[in-house]
Amino acid sequence: MIPLDTLELIQLVEALIFAADGPIKAERMAEALDTEQTEILAAIEALEVDYAERPRGFFLQEVSGGYQLRTRPEYADFLRKLGHNRPFKFSRPALESLAIIAYRQPVTRSEVEYLRGVDSGSVLKTLLEKRLIRILGKKDVPGKPMIYGTTREFLELFGLADLSALPTLREFSELMPDEENGVAGGDDEGVSLPLLIDEDVVEESSVTKP
Amino acid sequence: MDGYAIQLENFEGPLDLLLHLIKKNEMDVYDIPMAAITEQYLAILDTMKTLNLDLAGEFLLMAATLLHIKSKLLLPKIVEEELEEEEEDPRAELVRRLLEYQKYKEVSLTLDHSPQLGRDVFARVAPQPEVLEEAEAGFVAVGLYDLLEALREVIKENPEQLVHEVNMEQLSVTDRINAILSALQGKESVAFVDLFSDGIKRNEVIVTFLALLELVKLRLVRFMQNVHHGSIWLFPAVVIDENENLDVGDDSLGYS
Repeated sequence: MIPLDTLELIQLVEALIFAADGPIKAERMAEALDTEQTEILAAIEALEVDYAERPRGFFLQEVSGGYQLRTRPEYADFLRKLGHNRPFKFSRPALESLAIIAYRQPVTRSEVEYLRGVDSGSVLKTLLEKRLIRILGKKDVPGKPMIYGTTREFLELFGLADLSALPTLREFSELMPDEENGVAGGDDEGVSLPLLIDEDVVEESSVTKP
Repeated sequence: MDGYAIQLENFEGPLDLLLHLIKKNEMDVYDIPMAAITEQYLAILDTMKTLNLDLAGEFLLMAATLLHIKSKLLLPKIVEEELEEEEEDPRAELVRRLLEYQKYKEVSLTLDHSPQLGRDVFARVAPQPEVLEEAEAGFVAVGLYDLLEALREVIKENPEQLVHEVNMEQLSVTDRINAILSALQGKESVAFVDLFSDGIKRNEVIVTFLALLELVKLRLVRFMQNVHHGSIWLFPAVVIDENENLDVGDDSLGYS
């Protein structure tokens, strides 16, 4: 059996994650509980095992360098009925620009526009307003253009531990069959959806590595 | 012409449209038949015009690019090739852009399908009580209006003298910032009013105030007061935010 203090630590970690205002970092928890980070990570792992054995309505996700409890995606429809905040729906230009910035940051507006072949000024402004991207500084080239990168909010929105957790960018040397220009179409096939498949949810959330 | 019954407004831009045309016609992306693609592309632009769709400049630019590439291909290959070891296929850049665009288009769909906070997954929204930072127990952060009020006091105590004099003055916010920083050096705090010594001129007050605002913006100092509407104190605060490695040079201040 688990000795009491370990059990207590697990519960304390759960309490901290539960009460936190956003993703909470392991080091902050270690500070609050006056213990080693490794202990915290062990407790998190134990929690994940526990959640996997006895699934809850939520799962533990490593987000933006911290940990957060989130409701399971398959319950989204019901939660939306609760009138939870109106989901922000991405337009295709916004998504494309965001993807380019996420993968190529730091990047200038003209680089985004070259890749998309379309003026992207207003899209970038919207993304800035939504705080999904931020200005990182100015590039040291003539005209000193602003350079952009993604924010903590971006990682939180997509549930990414960090930028390396972005879906792998597939290198194409050929054209892919057309996906019929539908973003909001809801056809899920053809794209890898790590978290949308029911059984995978718990597993996915438990593979977070320290 | 058939097959143009496509939803035109669905194309994000010329690259998107070209990708679609190439795929639809099962063309080889590495050997795009320029004549055919240009013709189709222009035909679609025509359709867009007749439909009175707002034709973005980018579509026209791409049309020009296509025609340019097409004409380049028509030119006889000159012996110049000896000079430029291997002249690149005029289509090469376009192909690179198409494949690159396709890459980001695809991954943006993947992102869209992945669970999003607020759409597919939800987190608790915990209202946080306002907690004072322990280090400054007893002190509270100074709001903008308190700061302006303090400025008003300083200006009131240093009324502008109605003397007409003309002379050149060099006031620099940067200099003032350095002066304030050296005044803070080695001290725990400095009173706000002490920065505005007696007999200070109006424009000096303003430069000093601007310098203070810059310092706060740069997170080099913090304003605190022990009670609301109490006297304001300046604390050095060289705490570099881990997320924000702003590289601040002189020119980024906007003054010099």
